[in-house]
Amino acid sequence: MTHLRTVLLPPVLAIVFAALLCAVALLISGDSPITALTVMVTQVGEGTTAVDIVNSAAIYYIAGLAVAIGFQMKLFNIGIEGQFRLAACVAAIVGGALALPPVVHTLVIILVGAAVGALWASVPALLKAYRGVHEVISSIMMNFIATGLIAYLISTDSFGVLQGNNISTDPIEPTGHFAGISFGASGTIFGFVFVAAALGLAYGFMLNRTRFGFELKASGESPTAAAAGGVDARRMVIVALLLSGAMAGLVGLPELLGRDYAYTLTSPQGYGFTGIAVALLGRNHPVGVALGALLWAFLDKSALALDNVGVPREIVLIMQGSVVLSVIVAYEIVRRYELAAEQRRVAAQLRAAASAPAEVAS
Amino acid sequence: MKILYGMQQPDEGTISVDGELVSFRSPADAIRAGIGMVHQHFMLADNLTVAENILLGAEALHGMGTAARQRIAELEGTVGLQVGPDVLVERLGVADRQRVEILKVLYRGARTVILDEPTAVLVPQEVDELFATLRRMRAEGFTFVFISHKLDEVRAIADTVTVIRRGACVGSADPKTVTSRQLAEMMVGSELPSPETRESTVTDREVLRLTGIRLDAEGGGRPVLDGVDLVVRAGEVLGIAGVEGNGQTELVETIMGMQRASGGTVVLSGTDITRSHTLRRREAGIGYVPEDRTRHGLLATQPLWANRILGHQTRKPVSAGGFLGVLDRAAARRDTERIVEEFDVRTPGVDVPAAALSGGNQQKLVVGRELSGDPVLLIAAHPTRGVDVGAQAGIWDVLRRARADGLAVLLVSADLDELIGLSDTIKVMLRGRLVADADPATVTPEELGAAMTGADAEGAA
Repeated sequence: MTHLRTVLLPPVLAIVFAALLCAVALLISGDSPITALTVMVTQVGEGTTAVDIVNSAAIYYIAGLAVAIGFQMKLFNIGIEGQFRLAACVAAIVGGALALPPVVHTLVIILVGAAVGALWASVPALLKAYRGVHEVISSIMMNFIATGLIAYLISTDSFGVLQGNNISTDPIEPTGHFAGISFGASGTIFGFVFVAAALGLAYGFMLNRTRFGFELKASGESPTAAAAGGVDARRMVIVALLLSGAMAGLVGLPELLGRDYAYTLTSPQGYGFTGIAVALLGRNHPVGVALGALLWAFLDKSALALDNVGVPREIVLIMQGSVVLSVIVAYEIVRRYELAAEQRRVAAQLRAAASAPAEVAS
Repeated sequence: MKILYGMQQPDEGTISVDGELVSFRSPADAIRAGIGMVHQHFMLADNLTVAENILLGAEALHGMGTAARQRIAELEGTVGLQVGPDVLVERLGVADRQRVEILKVLYRGARTVILDEPTAVLVPQEVDELFATLRRMRAEGFTFVFISHKLDEVRAIADTVTVIRRGACVGSADPKTVTSRQLAEMMVGSELPSPETRESTVTDREVLRLTGIRLDAEGGGRPVLDGVDLVVRAGEVLGIAGVEGNGQTELVETIMGMQRASGGTVVLSGTDITRSHTLRRREAGIGYVPEDRTRHGLLATQPLWANRILGHQTRKPVSAGGFLGVLDRAAARRDTERIVEEFDVRTPGVDVPAAALSGGNQQKLVVGRELSGDPVLLIAAHPTRGVDVGAQAGIWDVLRRARADGLAVLLVSADLDELIGLSDTIKVMLRGRLVADADPATVTPEELGAAMTGADAEGAA
């Protein structure tokens, strides 16, 4: 794009600033920032770390895209967390109960996940569209309801089975698995990584090339101008949140179909909130969110090595927090600066264009 | 003006007040130097009283007690404000609101007052009253910077006139000797066309028919629109005159489907569209130049070509159609370039964000877009508000040509000269009703003004 500087400058500034902040924190606590960084970078080459980073990044990416769809029209779907967990749980139950041929089985599980995510998002969507209930409030509440519902669904009274100390759903038969790419001792890349990449492409296409994407952006930029342009605000709220929910419904599937094959009490949580951070970092741009997801995954996974050299691993949390905060500030500053610069540039070009013929004439 | 009021910093050059060099980093600095600004769009809190609005943000000056009230009472006489300090601003008319705005800047100690298009919202009688006040204040030693597109007014009130075109001073004139035409030519840099259109192109073909349109006010009370009937024919410009806030905005939004009529029918070219969605109405051939282009017409940070798509997202050429609704970006760019060329939008290219253009060029882009795709009806709400004289003439010209090509135009405007000059028929709107018809060939702005304020209940015709 023409404004490469606008796109790249803020995140780079933010990362540098956040790194400096972490360095100061490390120095205060008496550790060497250089050591910490070296250890984190070398850790990428160790064991399964590299593969873990890619796998985690794929999950964060899908979660980030789910958030970004809502962000495009300034809808804050904070309910990704509940949508993805419930979707993973129901998808695991359905997948475990069905016996279907390969591929079909996997597809059915994926569709169930997306459908449950969309269904869970439909409550805040309808409340927002028809009753004006703020989606942040209603989707947070839906997160709590999801937690309770999951506890019920996987209890041994309903669909759960006791496995050692853990409760789990019926495992999914191998026909329903999503094959990955094995790197031997370095681990296995989830097949879902490619689905995540495809989703990113689809998101980018939707955003930039379709009427829906245009209406989404227009609604986010100026709801009044969108309405005057014939965009149905109510329909947009519903469709955007349903899409966001459907995307969220896929967040839990890489691990479910590539590693765990069942939903358990200890299945991971928190991806929904990571998704918000990643979407903010990537400014809702398909490539930006991917880079944000990779950075986040790198920080998460490499941090494990910090304990070995006695550096508190919590430094990564400081880094993650400060990078999100500073990226928001940096984007806003650069945006204002660029707009003012653009106005000056246009005015200058027009002045030049206007005076040129006059000089020829005189 | 933004620079003078400290809202923007100059790249170069200096400002001096009373012979002293000053630099303003914020409006607060400007106020301290005795400069106050009355914006074109009032900045008042409706749900506060006059006194509260004046004190808001200036509590430190005289406190909020008796001393403050005394000062307000003194100044009320100066600006000729008749209402008491405890009246809610929402109960005031535009003229009184404007006086509250002037009072506000005086209260903050301003000796120099910038008035940005102060007469745009006033009817002729109110303008005269405002001018009387300004002359009295001038005699008391206040200084005014009076910004206006209305040249007669500038000549009537000003002691010196400076003409600014595209950010540069093009000259000064003595208002006693210069004519409006000479001023206007300085502003456009060439001969000035007038809004006159006299040979009628009105046909018999009805394009828009409103029957008994009613729009209830939110939370009850007097309906915002009440029993509005009107017909616009192909080749006709129907002008709606009225003081702002008498239902014109709502009328336009009801025709566009942005608000649902509580009663009555809207028929476009024989099809009932009363319950259709805005997009369907646009597809059926309604173009819409909104009164506030930044709120309703443009996506400020999006490039021009993306703005071309708005409102046309389902139609050729910008839509390639299909189930997914794929947009043809190349076609959108090409067609934006056509608009830029045809409507003389001054821009370095179609990739700059809409916010980077001047108001007049933004408006030309909007007008060009709304005339794309062969509309049958154009709704133009204040199409030349806040645009420079050059763009104004261009837009008038476009409207005239479109009318000659058989377009039906519903023109809502506060500029009575524009209404009289462009319209084939004028209807006057007062409190949500069409109260009078006027023949633009014979009516004067003063007569229209009287009908608009309800001073002449018999109408101007």
